[in-house]
Amino acid sequence: MSSRPTARPWTTAALLALPVAFLAVFFVNPVATIVATGLRPAGEFDLSAVWTVLQDPVVGRVAWFTLWQAVLSTALTLAIGLPGAYALSRLRFRGSAFLRAVVTVPFVLPTVVVAAAFLALLGPDSPVNGALSGLLGDGAPTVDLRRTVTAILIAHVFFNYAVVVRTVGGLWSLLDPRLEDAARVLGASRWRAFREVSLPLLRPAIASAAAIVFLFTFTSFGVVLILGGPGRATIEVEIHRATTQLLDLPLASVLALLQLIAVVAALTVYGRLQRRVGSQPLVASSVAARPVRTTGERIFVAANLAIMAVLLGAPLLVLVERSLALADGYGLAHYDALFRDTRDTILAVAPWEAVRNSIGFAIAATLVAVVVGGLAATAAVTGRGPITGLVDRALMVPLGTSAVTIGFGFLLALGRPPVDLRGSPWLVPIAQALIATPFVVRTLLPVLRAIDQRLREAAATLGATPRRVWQEVDLPIVGRALLVAAGFSFAIAVGEFGATVFVARAQFPTMPVAIFRLLGRPGVTNFGQAMAMSTILMVVTASAILLIDRLRVGQVGRF
Amino acid sequence: MRGPFVPLLLAVALVLSACGADPTPDPTDDDPTEGEATEDSATDADDAPEAGTSASDDDTAAEAEPVTVRLMTHDSFDVSTEVLDDFTAETGISIEVVPMGDAGTALNQAILTADQPQGDLLFGVDTTFFSRALDAGLFQSYRSDRLDAVPERYQLDPDHRLTPVDVGDVCLNYDIAWFEEAGIPVPDDLDDLLEEPYRGLLAVQNPATSSPGLAFLLATIDHFGESGYLDAWEALRDNDVLVTDGWTEAYYGEFTATSDGDRPIVVSYASSPPAEVFFADPPIDEPPTGVIGASCIRQIEFVGILETTEHAEEAQRVVDFMLSPAFQEDIPLTMFVFPVVEDAPLPEVFEEHAVLPEDPIEPDPQAIGDNREEWIDQWTRTVLR
Amino acid sequence: MLRVDDLTVLYDDHVAVDDLSLTADDGEVLCVLGPSGCGKSTLLRAIAGLVPTAGGTIELDGQILDGQRPDQRRVGLMFQDNALFPHRNVADNVGFGPRMQGVDRRETHDRVQDALHLVDLAGTDDRAIASLSGGEQQRVALARSIAAQPRLLMLDEPLGSLDRALRDRLLTDLPPLLRSLGTTVVYVTHDQDEALALADRIAVMRAGRIAQVGVPDELWQQPRTDFVARFLGLDPILDAEVTDGVATTALGPLPVPGLPDGSVRVVLLLHALRLTDPLQPVRPDEVAIDGEVAGRRFAGDHLRVRVRTRAGLEVSVPVWRGHGPQPGAPVTVALATDAIHPLATAADVQATGATRQ
Repeated sequence: MSSRPTARPWTTAALLALPVAFLAVFFVNPVATIVATGLRPAGEFDLSAVWTVLQDPVVGRVAWFTLWQAVLSTALTLAIGLPGAYALSRLRFRGSAFLRAVVTVPFVLPTVVVAAAFLALLGPDSPVNGALSGLLGDGAPTVDLRRTVTAILIAHVFFNYAVVVRTVGGLWSLLDPRLEDAARVLGASRWRAFREVSLPLLRPAIASAAAIVFLFTFTSFGVVLILGGPGRATIEVEIHRATTQLLDLPLASVLALLQLIAVVAALTVYGRLQRRVGSQPLVASSVAARPVRTTGERIFVAANLAIMAVLLGAPLLVLVERSLALADGYGLAHYDALFRDTRDTILAVAPWEAVRNSIGFAIAATLVAVVVGGLAATAAVTGRGPITGLVDRALMVPLGTSAVTIGFGFLLALGRPPVDLRGSPWLVPIAQALIATPFVVRTLLPVLRAIDQRLREAAATLGATPRRVWQEVDLPIVGRALLVAAGFSFAIAVGEFGATVFVARAQFPTMPVAIFRLLGRPGVTNFGQAMAMSTILMVVTASAILLIDRLRVGQVGRF
Repeated sequence: MRGPFVPLLLAVALVLSACGADPTPDPTDDDPTEGEATEDSATDADDAPEAGTSASDDDTAAEAEPVTVRLMTHDSFDVSTEVLDDFTAETGISIEVVPMGDAGTALNQAILTADQPQGDLLFGVDTTFFSRALDAGLFQSYRSDRLDAVPERYQLDPDHRLTPVDVGDVCLNYDIAWFEEAGIPVPDDLDDLLEEPYRGLLAVQNPATSSPGLAFLLATIDHFGESGYLDAWEALRDNDVLVTDGWTEAYYGEFTATSDGDRPIVVSYASSPPAEVFFADPPIDEPPTGVIGASCIRQIEFVGILETTEHAEEAQRVVDFMLSPAFQEDIPLTMFVFPVVEDAPLPEVFEEHAVLPEDPIEPDPQAIGDNREEWIDQWTRTVLR
Repeated sequence: MLRVDDLTVLYDDHVAVDDLSLTADDGEVLCVLGPSGCGKSTLLRAIAGLVPTAGGTIELDGQILDGQRPDQRRVGLMFQDNALFPHRNVADNVGFGPRMQGVDRRETHDRVQDALHLVDLAGTDDRAIASLSGGEQQRVALARSIAAQPRLLMLDEPLGSLDRALRDRLLTDLPPLLRSLGTTVVYVTHDQDEALALADRIAVMRAGRIAQVGVPDELWQQPRTDFVARFLGLDPILDAEVTDGVATTALGPLPVPGLPDGSVRVVLLLHALRLTDPLQPVRPDEVAIDGEVAGRRFAGDHLRVRVRTRAGLEVSVPVWRGHGPQPGAPVTVALATDAIHPLATAADVQATGATRQ
């Protein structure tokens, strides 16, 4: 009765060829090169550096902080994101589709930009303190969360909320709602029904989301530096410092190895949680989502909307507000200045050009990620043996690897004859795809696994060629997930800055690059224009995701 | 059996179909080897501002095949398109700018890729990284005739492997209105900052991650002495100094004059006040910020020709160009630093509002090179841990 | 006892259950019969508390269920397509209800064994759901509902997706099984055979309302409306004009003593028609209609002969013995006059609100 097809080994090999090659050339090779260079300062492996570094108490402290803040951030993001995922995937209400797109926006914003908004919201002049002193008078305590761990955690939730909503919500929107109904009728409370039925079925998706959030926060850089203050550092920060400032490659290499070990350990745990749950009865998302009907549901939705408004909406609004704020009130002067492009220098970026470059790179990156991730996911579903799961996890390692390590690795490894890829515009989407591919795999896998082989057989007996079977059966079911994955890849690519900075050439400035350039010089109007550009980045991202979410593949979700 | 295989087909089909509509800027011009590819990339660079330069493009294209010289630099490098185009028109050399992160990152990239470099010249080595750059043996000697117009004190490398291009001072900036309102006198020098009235007023950058931050640390070492600077920093820490990661976070996140922050004194540049005037909208007559002259420390930025270049001749023309009147005059309003050529005329806004102190702190690059890591480490342990 | 009064359920703007009233006595098996989309599944979901109601009350054993959560109601619902938990084995699925009720492990185990035994699946405890056949899954779902010992057991098209042999077997097995539980059962189906085989009473449902409730015999003998008659498969339905106890119809004049003058619609009940020898006179309570055989269809245990009457109307007549006449043969159909049943007119229907347009 097994409904799972099993591919012959050569098919699996063929499917895996491209993902493995992609990973080998663009990840393993660069990272191994830079680490080996670091461990071989005088042409020979010198492992004494390892001991020196590991015995430094500061390194131990940094590693410990890196770990616990990542674990805490992940737990917090899940705790806040799961109800949001439920609200946005299982309940239908006015504007839910729009919200699904908007929650992704924080994910793409440059840290520096967001940090500016957070500092305003968490500092002594924040609305919270305004309300407090309004309520309690002059004696009110002042909440100042700037440069605290709390600020780091809040920002991590802000950035990664979308990961949970999209990764878990994607599967949740396909789970047969009658399973929970059945549990309810059998006497399970709402919470119990969730815990006993939906939670185990969602486990692969939750494990995916948790792994991704963990990897992101484990390698957190800007958030920790800016919101946590310079007193706090993650391994990532130390790698960055050792590589770009101190040029202490042995130190950087040992830290990179440390990071790698932690990431592999985390992914091993994740692999355990990924254990196959059995075929899941998935339904069209339109069936699974129900309109909000009861008072309880209304309160639930309202609570989640409130969380989204405060956590995601407020910082974004601050950015928009600042893009409109002028010396004397509000207006569009910053946008006007941005588009007038008065300064004719090589650094000045025409906004349309930045938008065009960003979208172009993002589309290319999305395609690479969808192809590589799609092949890997297909291999993982159809293949046998541990190799497939291994590839799935290996594809996630780049998420947990320092952008500096990858970036410097690119420089060293990809500049060798016969082809010097450095500076090639293709390297930009490839670097972005390294980050986006795991999302594609994670989104496709549960859905591919859920497809009932009988459906394929039914189509085949009705005269469908293999291609048509894919078109008529697989595509409509996977299509939705594919689009979700594509949307997320796009967002990642649009906002990606870390790795891009090492490979982007001056000819193709992207929106984040334009923002950084504007923020890099003094002058009120430069700041205003940076905020205006950030707002444009937000709008472009939200629109693109809204558009992708609206696309329909086959018949799924049409009703 | 076939079922699982078809996703591959779809994936490929998706790519093929989508490629047709792919609005990615056509990346075909990227063969890094010289030759025809260079013309393409030059044209691309010209296209960037899309502001009526196409006519001159045609002119240059009609002449000889231009040679492209690649200039590695940091992300803040800038020059007017017109100045660059004129140079290309005159010499037939087009300059491809390769930004590579901040100053430290750019230099480290150049050092790590010394045997397979990404460019012919490196611009943006500053005083603090001067000795590291020279020790790495990256550069070949070239003395431009135009150095005659540059003061001796900026010519730090007797072998002329690194040629000074611009100077800028890292100085404490203060919020004029804030001090007027608070009725506190503006601090005269670094000593004042340790005093109680200035508690919680100063924002600095982490010298481990920020170039102005490092410069300011060097200023304190110069002022308080190697034996006294850590005590001074301890006092600063006790006086609630705020440390940010980079210049942007301090200036746009904490400085009262330019953000919602609550710090009226910040480590920035001598050129920041004129920039505030230049970029003000609506226009203002006086900058809202001032410079504390006694805190200023001079940073010189250098350019060098890489040992490995195959275009040494052209690269030398680029160095000459960077010391030419056109480029030197362009510097203030593109990079917001000062030209090294002494008699280069300054734009009005610099003449009026910029302060380039007569007697700034001028650190010794060799001492920095020898002690940089140690100083940063000590500073980190004193202030942050 | 289940009592549903004036129940209304809205889906978005659409009225799924419309002012519906219904009762089921203790231990009774009530079949809700209706075409798909008539709101019968929604009715069950409303009783289970899975959809909010917009009006009316639901009462079980004298206790008002409205406002209670599904898990507090102790009603069982066996879902269409089962909704078995794919991540749990058979025993864990069946034991889910007792576990939720906080029943201790030993009793849970006993209940699971009893329930599996009842559905003839003893010994399958550890099997994965995916490894079961469709019929086995169906029975596990039933066992799961039973093991929770609900006060009311509701089944939503439980045999919908089974093959005929399995369905026939379960149709034989189910009635004694359901009765042995002694639980009130509401059984939803669109199949009249299932309803006939199982039901103590049948409620025919249409467009969110009950069109008619009754014991099976009553329904087939006295369908109230056109819709009920059609849905039960009665045929033909004729428009008639009554004058002095005689109805003028497409089958010719028919005696309808007792019917008032005017327009009326009548239906011929089951077994109203039989083929007779054209030479033999029909019985006194029958009317003879001449025609010829238009076609025949073998229906397993009998033959259905389609007869086209002189007036051009086709009627289907069962032939229980013999080969029956060949197509083209002239035949006489005997129509039992007491099987001519008047249906409620459109005006009556409006007045009683039995159906909706």
